[in-house]
Amino acid sequence: MDSTIVLFLVQDAVINGAIYALVAIALVLVFAVTRVILVPQGEFVAFAGLTVAALEAGRVPPTLWLLVALGFLAAISSIVWHWREMNGTRFLKVIASTIMVPLILIAVTKFIAPLKLGLAANTILTLLLVVPMGPLIYRIAFEPLAEASVLVLLIASFGVYLSLVGLGLAFFGPEGVRTAALSDASFTAGALIITGQSVAVIVVTLVLLAGLALFFGLTLTGKALRACASNRLGARLVGIPTSVAGQVAFGMAALIGAVSGILITPITAIYYDSGFLIGLKGFVAAIVGGLASYTITALAALGVGLVESFSSFWWSTYKEVLVFTIILPVLVWRSLRSSHLEDEE
Amino acid sequence: MNPAVRKWLPPFFALAALVAPFTGLLPPYWITLFNYIGLSSLVALGLVLLTGVGGMTSFGQAAFVGFGAYTSAVLTLDYGVSPWLTLPVSLLVTALGALLIGALTVRLSGHYLPLGTIAWGIALFYVFGNSSTLGAHDGLSGVPPLRIGTHALIDPREYFVVVWIAVVMMIIATRNLLDSRIGRAIRALRRGAVAAESFGVNAPRAKLIVFVYSAVLAGLAGWLYAHFQRSVSPGAFGVNTGIEYLIMAVIGGAGRIYGAILGAAAVTILKDQLQNILPWIIGSTGNYETIVFGAILVLVLETAPQGLWPLIAGPASPPRLPRAADSALPQRPKPAPGTALLQVSAARKTFGGLIAVNDVSFEVAAGEILGLIGPNGAGKSTTFDLLTCVQPLTGGTIVFCDHLLAGDNPQDVARRGISRTFQHVHLAPDMSVIENVALGAHLRGSAGTLRAFAHLERGEDAALLANAKRQLERVGLGEQALMLAGSLSLGQLRLVEIARALCLDPLLLLLDEPAAGLRVGEKKELARLLRELRAEGMSVLLVEHDMDFVMSLADRLVVLDFGQKIAQGEPRAVRNDPRVLEAYLGGVA
Repeated sequence: MDSTIVLFLVQDAVINGAIYALVAIALVLVFAVTRVILVPQGEFVAFAGLTVAALEAGRVPPTLWLLVALGFLAAISSIVWHWREMNGTRFLKVIASTIMVPLILIAVTKFIAPLKLGLAANTILTLLLVVPMGPLIYRIAFEPLAEASVLVLLIASFGVYLSLVGLGLAFFGPEGVRTAALSDASFTAGALIITGQSVAVIVVTLVLLAGLALFFGLTLTGKALRACASNRLGARLVGIPTSVAGQVAFGMAALIGAVSGILITPITAIYYDSGFLIGLKGFVAAIVGGLASYTITALAALGVGLVESFSSFWWSTYKEVLVFTIILPVLVWRSLRSSHLEDEE
Repeated sequence: MNPAVRKWLPPFFALAALVAPFTGLLPPYWITLFNYIGLSSLVALGLVLLTGVGGMTSFGQAAFVGFGAYTSAVLTLDYGVSPWLTLPVSLLVTALGALLIGALTVRLSGHYLPLGTIAWGIALFYVFGNSSTLGAHDGLSGVPPLRIGTHALIDPREYFVVVWIAVVMMIIATRNLLDSRIGRAIRALRRGAVAAESFGVNAPRAKLIVFVYSAVLAGLAGWLYAHFQRSVSPGAFGVNTGIEYLIMAVIGGAGRIYGAILGAAAVTILKDQLQNILPWIIGSTGNYETIVFGAILVLVLETAPQGLWPLIAGPASPPRLPRAADSALPQRPKPAPGTALLQVSAARKTFGGLIAVNDVSFEVAAGEILGLIGPNGAGKSTTFDLLTCVQPLTGGTIVFCDHLLAGDNPQDVARRGISRTFQHVHLAPDMSVIENVALGAHLRGSAGTLRAFAHLERGEDAALLANAKRQLERVGLGEQALMLAGSLSLGQLRLVEIARALCLDPLLLLLDEPAAGLRVGEKKELARLLRELRAEGMSVLLVEHDMDFVMSLADRLVVLDFGQKIAQGEPRAVRNDPRVLEAYLGGVA
């Protein structure tokens, strides 16, 4: 193994690590605000990748129908669970946010998709199609369960994951996709070839992380989300609607997932079920960060990327095993350090 | 439900389950399905204990099923051992594996534990799939069936009986365990270990017991699986299957024994029927069953977040109260009144730069009530934590009954006869009052896990519960014994904590604000009880903010302020001490 290979593997690790970091931070965000461990976080990544691919080919992405289906389910769910306080205005609001938005998107997409407007338009359209799924999923599955235990929320999360993977297969089919690189530029640094794609991944990740930091530090919504995260009851008492907070958190998770999907699809082929492993590795990083610290989480994601990339070089059959066994000592260490904390449900 | 019906329901169903396959009413297809339900029930039962009762979420149970299945398959195929003989070996191998993994994993706290179980779940799956002795990805086939004499149990109807006998036996064992001294300790642990440990429960050990027991149940399911399926391959032991077992336990009602069977049945039948019905409705084959399965899972949880079993059967029934007397329990010999019981010398506790307790010294004599008072933040509760070794001392010494409390843990302190109540009540709200109280008598019983399985410790357990009942009556809550602790008022909960502390038969009772939340009448009753205890030779260290209560009760007072002792002596003298007046009123009036 020479230095070129090492550098190549490190570059690979940094790119994958960046994606895991994004997924992990979305998981931390959703967990902090809603106590849900979002198993289907990886599905946003996969769905976004599949959507970009369809748009690139000038086809209407099946994501559209998935969104409409979720919209109708969310409408039913909202009406059933809020039956007692339902009135004309509320009803119209529900219909507008769950059914009208997807229908408008249908019109827009049907018009735009065949035009092949290029990268920027595809990216924006993909975000428009994938991001609303987050709040819709929250309204369907998790809003009625807001008071349930973490364990019940986790199992519900698995339920959502199973449904989404099934829907993914039904709508997208089993074929994998790969999209054109975000940038064709490449330059050399010593022996190492750095592609524009890698630079794009890292720059976008850093910009997104900085944006999140600004959002949580400076905006009122960001501060309200942090308040929900540290004390839900207290946040409600000072007038922060926890349901809206949950929807915002899920929307942001979908946004982060969609961006990761757009970034990674030019690098690896994405299938309808590729989300699980990406999500799981992000989960590893999130747990190492204690589902709380964004900085440690990002570093841990980089660590996962490094372990994965070097173990795939030396011992590729056991790549996945290594990633998951190497975390055991980390977990023991982390949990010994926090051993005096009481576990609470 | 009528209690008589409730009592006869389980044996009725047990009998019906044994007879049903031979009546011809059940088609063979359903019998096979029920066999799989039985196997899953065993694993889910373990998870009910581990996750629902013990609060430890595991995704890795499928790997333990693999331990049991592979052990038996290898021994019967490669070494020609009889399948019946491999049963104990399978269970032992599973138990040893669980002991090794558990020793590492159950120490993980909070969210680290589920991730840890995913980690070793995936690792073991790859070991199964890559080890050539285990047949790698193809697995092992041609596993011999179970035999009685020369008759092979191949017919699913016969195997049905084997499987469900195992299920019924394990349900009885699990029920017995939960309704025992060890079981109560395990149940109390879920909401935090502090209270259980201060009554002598070894929390890591109790958690390990649950972990190994749930693994052994999975191992048993694996052994049964190997000889029913007659082949073993790694696909059945992956993390996906592990997740499915967890879904069964939660859907059925995590924490409820029969919920395990209901959950296993619901998930198995639902998945099977979706595969049959959906292609017929939709007309094409696809992955539609996962979509519908996931959706139904979410819907069920939304309508029944506690699981299905509580929806059908209502809340768990309280334990039956024994009629036995508690005379069987040995009593601690009390030291002569007036002799020094506890000596605290220059005790010091710092948290970083903060000195919470600053070189405090005092003594408690046998048969004395010592009041420990001071404004908020004076270091009273920290002093309690030092006395009970919940926190280690930074400096100084504490001597109890001529024994230096250094390097002891809360369990050792409880064993020596110090028991306590908590400023913030530490009771399990989902357990009955009497079971909460009986936890205090944990150290006065000796029966272990194995005797609890067979309920061979009924005499001892009855004595423990009778003692708990008597202490509850002493604090005036005899009527509330069978209610859930969560349904009592705060004042009553404080009294429950005192009853629990008394169950330890302590020499020294540490009470942290026992009168807070009590009504005037209850306070008078509490004062009477404490005087009675003093007359019996017990010492009490009392932290309390209600001055009338402390002043009328305490023989002596120690006053703390900002971690320092500022006064001590008779209540009357302390009341007029200028430093005390300054600490409480901000200056001499």
